[in-house]
Amino acid sequence: MSNIGSYEERVNNFSWSLAEKELGYTPGDDINIGWYCTDRICQMGKSDKKAILWEGLGGVEKQYTYNDLRLRTNTMATMLKGIGINEGDRVCLFMDKVPELYVGVLSVLKMGAVAQPLFSAFGDESLFVRLDNAQTSAIITQRKHVGKVRLILERLPSLKHIIIIDHDGKKELKTREMAFDMDHAEQIEHFEAAHTKAESPSVLHYTSGTTGQPKGVKHVHYSLISQYLTSKWVLDIQDNDIYWCTADPGWVTGTSYGIIGGFATGATVCILDTGFSAESWYKFIDKYKVTMWYSAPTAIRSLMKAGDELVKQYDLSTLRHLASVGEPLNAEAVIWSEKVFGKPFHDTYWQTETGSMMIVNVPGMKIKPGSMGKPFPGIIATVLDEHTYEPVDGPNKPGLIAFQPGWPAMMRTYWRNEETYGKKFKNGWYLSGDKAFLDQDNYFWFIGRDDDVINTGGHLVSPFEVESALLEHEAVAESAVVAKPDAVNMEVVKAFVTLNPGFEPGDMLELQIMNFIRKRLSPLAMPQEIEYLDKLPKTRSGKIMRRLLHAKEWGEEIGDVSTLEDD
Amino acid sequence: MENIKDVVLKYVVDEYLDDPEDEMTYETPLISGGIVDSFSMVSLKRFLEATYKISLPDDRATPEAFDTVNSITDLVNEFLAKK
Repeated sequence: MSNIGSYEERVNNFSWSLAEKELGYTPGDDINIGWYCTDRICQMGKSDKKAILWEGLGGVEKQYTYNDLRLRTNTMATMLKGIGINEGDRVCLFMDKVPELYVGVLSVLKMGAVAQPLFSAFGDESLFVRLDNAQTSAIITQRKHVGKVRLILERLPSLKHIIIIDHDGKKELKTREMAFDMDHAEQIEHFEAAHTKAESPSVLHYTSGTTGQPKGVKHVHYSLISQYLTSKWVLDIQDNDIYWCTADPGWVTGTSYGIIGGFATGATVCILDTGFSAESWYKFIDKYKVTMWYSAPTAIRSLMKAGDELVKQYDLSTLRHLASVGEPLNAEAVIWSEKVFGKPFHDTYWQTETGSMMIVNVPGMKIKPGSMGKPFPGIIATVLDEHTYEPVDGPNKPGLIAFQPGWPAMMRTYWRNEETYGKKFKNGWYLSGDKAFLDQDNYFWFIGRDDDVINTGGHLVSPFEVESALLEHEAVAESAVVAKPDAVNMEVVKAFVTLNPGFEPGDMLELQIMNFIRKRLSPLAMPQEIEYLDKLPKTRSGKIMRRLLHAKEWGEEIGDVSTLEDD
Repeated sequence: MENIKDVVLKYVVDEYLDDPEDEMTYETPLISGGIVDSFSMVSLKRFLEATYKISLPDDRATPEAFDTVNSITDLVNEFLAKK
């Protein structure tokens, strides 16, 4: 029997107080996510239950019970307080998916600071932009990544502490650096969690938009309420589940559900810290007897490409429930998963800004392959007419996906950017920036973004950010970046450039520019293709007409070109 | 002409290793080891094609074929022989 039972009954009888009561929370009380994910689980008699089953490269394994998690978060929180980190300070976590990353996020939350997890593949410039915007006080990282921090340190006077979790003593620590060994530090038995309240800031995630720099999405401790309940009702996490959320905590899924949802429900959380390969993923599921698997369409499509025969080499019979997030899960992938795993991936739709799942497929609900599903109970969702911002009057009419504000995990602002935050609301609705239509059964069907942001492998990349970085390359005079269709990643970045005098188009230059962006921003932002043009299409006022380039890539009509600059 | 294995190894070390002093061998897992992710694989493929003037079809430029310097070298040699 699933946790949610009947979707319709839940919708008709819903209140967020259901989750509050389960968590033993009364409005006005202290609420600290770090405490809920560690101490509370121990107090429920689960101290000896496995919290983390971790495997890294070469099959290295580490396991931690909930009591181990409690002690390690106490220890790391004590260390942070000891070096002068205060409640509300931003602490960045810039690591691969090592145990210290998971423990670190919970530690920062436990002591009342703001956790700022960042994807460890970010280049130095991407890192700088985010740390500068947040005025981050400390960064917890690994020695393999500290080089990137050192490159930007002089530009970050607020970054007082660089905490290296795997310092081996072979080289000297440099300015502002310190070593911290989580497993061998003296474990602290008692630590009083910060008395954070519902609206106390908890996590700061960065997300890309069409224009401007990435925005810091501020979340609060009350987000636990919807993260917990969606974990119970959508992921259907049950007490004996072995749960694998494949997302990196540098992205919101990996934090909201890879950490908070997993630990707050007292599940055993599996973590695989290696690169992707279909064999290693299936082997992992087989070895740890994974029961609940939350993954992403890009990964699922890569598994499809690896073939059905491979699946048969492993015992995946423990898989009880599958879900997906990041981009629309195509119908073919849903049908395939039912065929090879005996059950379909359930698509879930939400965003960095929403903090928790919004439109979902829940256990027991009829799945329409390719559909986003229906609103989670308690979420009021609609499709707005893009001119009037009123709900469309009937099925099959495309418009803007919008939500009635006020769910627990809704972002509270964009960090230091209230003006942009205000633009997310119109006519009493929160605007997601995505488009969809509703069918006659009130299932949502995704159409696309309402802006130029590129969704590659489930992650948003800003064309503006890539274009700006391209202009920093000596060869590039002008640039325009669009999404290009891709069978596995849905979209990838493609750049069109004109060159400065003295530079000639060629394969090696293309490679140099690609690597320049990959190291400066991230592998996601790296153009997968660069096309050289003599000039970019522009309006007579000089504005680059990206939509013409986009239409060409997607085989679409190019529309009105009356404003195009004459040749 | 420099040995293909060494050219590829040097390129991987220079371009993809976060810590240049990390040990790398011809058998170090690149993709499954998380050193080269699926997005970065495109730049590695582009490097091989530009350097050796070959064209690697997508169905051959797989994570498995790119997982070690040795397997990459085998792939490059195969396509060089076809030229």
